[in-house]
Amino acid sequence: MKYELVAGFETHVELATNTKIFCSCTTQFGGEPNTHCCPICIGLPGTLPKLNKRVVEYAIKAGLATNCEIAEISEMDRKNYCYPDLPKAYQISQFDRPLCNHGYIELSNGRKIRILRIHIEEDAGKLVHSRGSTLVDYNRGGVPLIEIVSEPDIRSIEEAREYVEKLQLIMRYIGVSDCKMQEGSMRCDVNISVRPVGSEKLGTRTEIKNMNSINFIAKAMEYEFNRQVDLIESGEKVVQETLRYDDVTNTTSGMRGKEDANDYRYFRDPDLVTINVPRSRVEEIAAELPELPAQKLKRYVEELELPEKDAQLLVKYRKVAEFFEKAAEGTKTPKTAANFIIGQIFRYVENEAEKEAMDIKVTAESLNELIKLIDNGKIRMNLAKSTLDKMLETGKKPSELISESDMAGLDENALAELCQKAVEANPNAVADYKNGKEKAIKAIVGFVMKNSRGKADAMAAEAKIKELIG
Amino acid sequence: MSESKIAGLHRMLENKEISCQELTQAYLDAMERDNGSLNAYVTATPESALETAAAVDEKLARGESIGLLEGIPMTLKDNISTDGIRTTCCSKILENYVPIYDATVWKLLRQQNAVLLGKTNMDEFAMGSSCENSCFGGAKNPHNVNHVAGGSSGGVASAVGGHLAVYGLGSDTGGSIRQPASFCGIVGMKPTYGAVSRYGLIAYASSFDQIGPITTNVEDAAIVFDAISAYDEMDSTSQGRQGEPVCRTLKNDIKGMKLGIAREYLDGVRDDVRQAVEQAAEVYRSLGAEIVFFDLPALKYALPVYYILACAEASSNLGRYDGIRYGYKAESYSDVNDMIKKTRSTGFGEEVKKRILLGTYVLSSGYYDAYYKKAQKLRGTLVSAFSDAFRSCDVILAPTVPMTAFENGHAVSDPVETYLTDICTVPVNITGLPGISVPCGYDAKGMPIGMQIIGNSFEEAKILNAAWQYENAARIYKPSDFGVKL
Repeated sequence: MKYELVAGFETHVELATNTKIFCSCTTQFGGEPNTHCCPICIGLPGTLPKLNKRVVEYAIKAGLATNCEIAEISEMDRKNYCYPDLPKAYQISQFDRPLCNHGYIELSNGRKIRILRIHIEEDAGKLVHSRGSTLVDYNRGGVPLIEIVSEPDIRSIEEAREYVEKLQLIMRYIGVSDCKMQEGSMRCDVNISVRPVGSEKLGTRTEIKNMNSINFIAKAMEYEFNRQVDLIESGEKVVQETLRYDDVTNTTSGMRGKEDANDYRYFRDPDLVTINVPRSRVEEIAAELPELPAQKLKRYVEELELPEKDAQLLVKYRKVAEFFEKAAEGTKTPKTAANFIIGQIFRYVENEAEKEAMDIKVTAESLNELIKLIDNGKIRMNLAKSTLDKMLETGKKPSELISESDMAGLDENALAELCQKAVEANPNAVADYKNGKEKAIKAIVGFVMKNSRGKADAMAAEAKIKELIG
Repeated sequence: MSESKIAGLHRMLENKEISCQELTQAYLDAMERDNGSLNAYVTATPESALETAAAVDEKLARGESIGLLEGIPMTLKDNISTDGIRTTCCSKILENYVPIYDATVWKLLRQQNAVLLGKTNMDEFAMGSSCENSCFGGAKNPHNVNHVAGGSSGGVASAVGGHLAVYGLGSDTGGSIRQPASFCGIVGMKPTYGAVSRYGLIAYASSFDQIGPITTNVEDAAIVFDAISAYDEMDSTSQGRQGEPVCRTLKNDIKGMKLGIAREYLDGVRDDVRQAVEQAAEVYRSLGAEIVFFDLPALKYALPVYYILACAEASSNLGRYDGIRYGYKAESYSDVNDMIKKTRSTGFGEEVKKRILLGTYVLSSGYYDAYYKKAQKLRGTLVSAFSDAFRSCDVILAPTVPMTAFENGHAVSDPVETYLTDICTVPVNITGLPGISVPCGYDAKGMPIGMQIIGNSFEEAKILNAAWQYENAARIYKPSDFGVKL
């Protein structure tokens, strides 16, 4: 029998506000343990939370960017559980009235992955195990999170990968999170079940907790899919449980007991008041949203006439897209800028983090300047390419690297003179050409290009040579 | 009596009839002498008190004017956080806990050079009606030390009634200011929920807790309320006092004021207490006020609603005492879960554990709808019942407690009866309304009887006005034999 994967995601995204969700401590990653703390975020007796308005605003942005409805009235609740990294013994979260509801993310195959809800909550601290003892660092405690809960609409590992990447990209575009999975600012729990292809009924699901890499998610899902199929094939049952993925052995294993048995005893947090978000405020925030990746992709293909593949590469990182748009501004064809970025600049920003940072020596302005020199016929493409390489190495501007004489090009007499020289210097190629070997002329043109240091117009040179030996 | 009132003492300080250091020392000496009998204070702060007093004296010496509360010796219930001063909630679990920040109310008073004499006794985590659930033993009634001071703010009431402080701040979750004030023959007011910041008040039940003044007289309660009822951005539920300072309207004529009496409030109340309240109604009539009777059947829900919701919140609020960051920690344990378990099992007293268990139960899945949710609904019913009542009267008159102060040990031996004594006080905590208790008589044994005046939301000015007029006309207050005599 053929089986189908059914998966849903619960994604925690750390919001990039300057201060924590209920106090004014910094949210900066790292720092000496317990230095980003105050009486409120370590839950000292008598302290009270005060909701950071920015957190609500960021969460609304996230909701709007994922096509959610924004609730005019939402509430904060307490999720009670006891763990040393949770100083109040409850997490302030949202239970039955979350801020955002009923959105979706559209995948490239046209399928919509529905988003059930997005709610705001506080992060917990971190346990640090060292030399047989355990210490607690509360720096992360109170850092604002949104939890994005999808419906079980994902049907393949490819879709899962695309869903997470899209989510990451959208959050980065709208500036609400850096979504650095390796630093934990984006973490995923995946609910997985399997069912025979064609069946409408959902199978028993398991939940793989806390994964912090897209590759691990893919591997864990693959492992878990196969494990569940094997169980069913051999007549056994999938047990609903919470699993941990081990990236060393590439297996999942049960976290056992406590976490599953938790009764969180949710109730409204009496220390916080109802969150009222007037329609007008939602509209204001919507107006502030930047162009989202899906809209950008469409525009690049339809208006800028980029090949879809190129457009995808450019919109994948917000800074790359911004760089492209600046570099292409006012140039004849945006494709030129795209080619330079994809063909040359990407060699300098190889991995995801580097592309995300787009930390290179060339500014978009100087690339724009270089492209305009081409557009105006001042320099030829091959000189531009070699200049861009130098720019990438040195950080110099085109004007510092290309001399007046380089830009002057070759006048007709100089070109004729050089072509004559080329004919004389390549008698074999001339003979071959005359004997019908069309391609032999390339060698003679090459001579002209080389000796003009790229300044000659190859097409004009070829025409001139044909005229000379014709 | 005037010599123990805030305004009188303020005049004495200004006229240099007494220095602030002398005044403070008089209270410290009285504490030294009488606290052994009353057990009102659990922590004394003589050094910082005298330091503040010296600063006030310097100001006076320079000829500067001082504020009404400046240099006046006072106390705080031991669940109000004080930076650098041990704040225990009278629980073993916090016996060595020293806060690193000030509660907003203390910040406000400290800025006015209030002289803090020390922190006062209470039922552990404010859970109780006799102050006997304190890990330091209960505070005693200044009218008769064989009786309890009441609870949970028993220490403040004992200190103020026993003249070991001019005034004090208590907290009231189900009657914890009004009931001990009634037992000790003094004045205690629970303000409207949100009128006074809760920031720094160690939570028992967050949607009920409110800080308020305990004083020997109504005018002092008004002065203190004006000083502490400020909007505080640190407390999201804070709104501050609405309207002008209550002191301005305190002595207004109450001719034509309508006082309502709900029959249900008098059900099951001891005869002498009911008679005292009825006599008070007569006093009001003589002052030109009108007495109207009405029914408040929703009152029967008050006790279960209170115990379900308050315990639910408490079970969550008290989860943080795990021995990890501060406070008491069990001495030996096998792992972290064992440590938390042992710390909580041995650190909390019986009453606290009982309420945590009850609260955990009513929030558990499967029971939530039957208890917590239903109680929330009935809370709404009570809110509308009271707001309906205020359409036909300005304030409501009721007993504060159905009886007078129990003898020591009684509350512990009969816990259910003790819960029932909260019947008259919990409604205003459920509804968020303001209520004040003022003395209205004495029983055959000479123990004080208190009556309660309940107002509509943020109408503290009205209940204080009604209370002041009664106090002034009836002249019930009798000072106890303890404490400072100036």
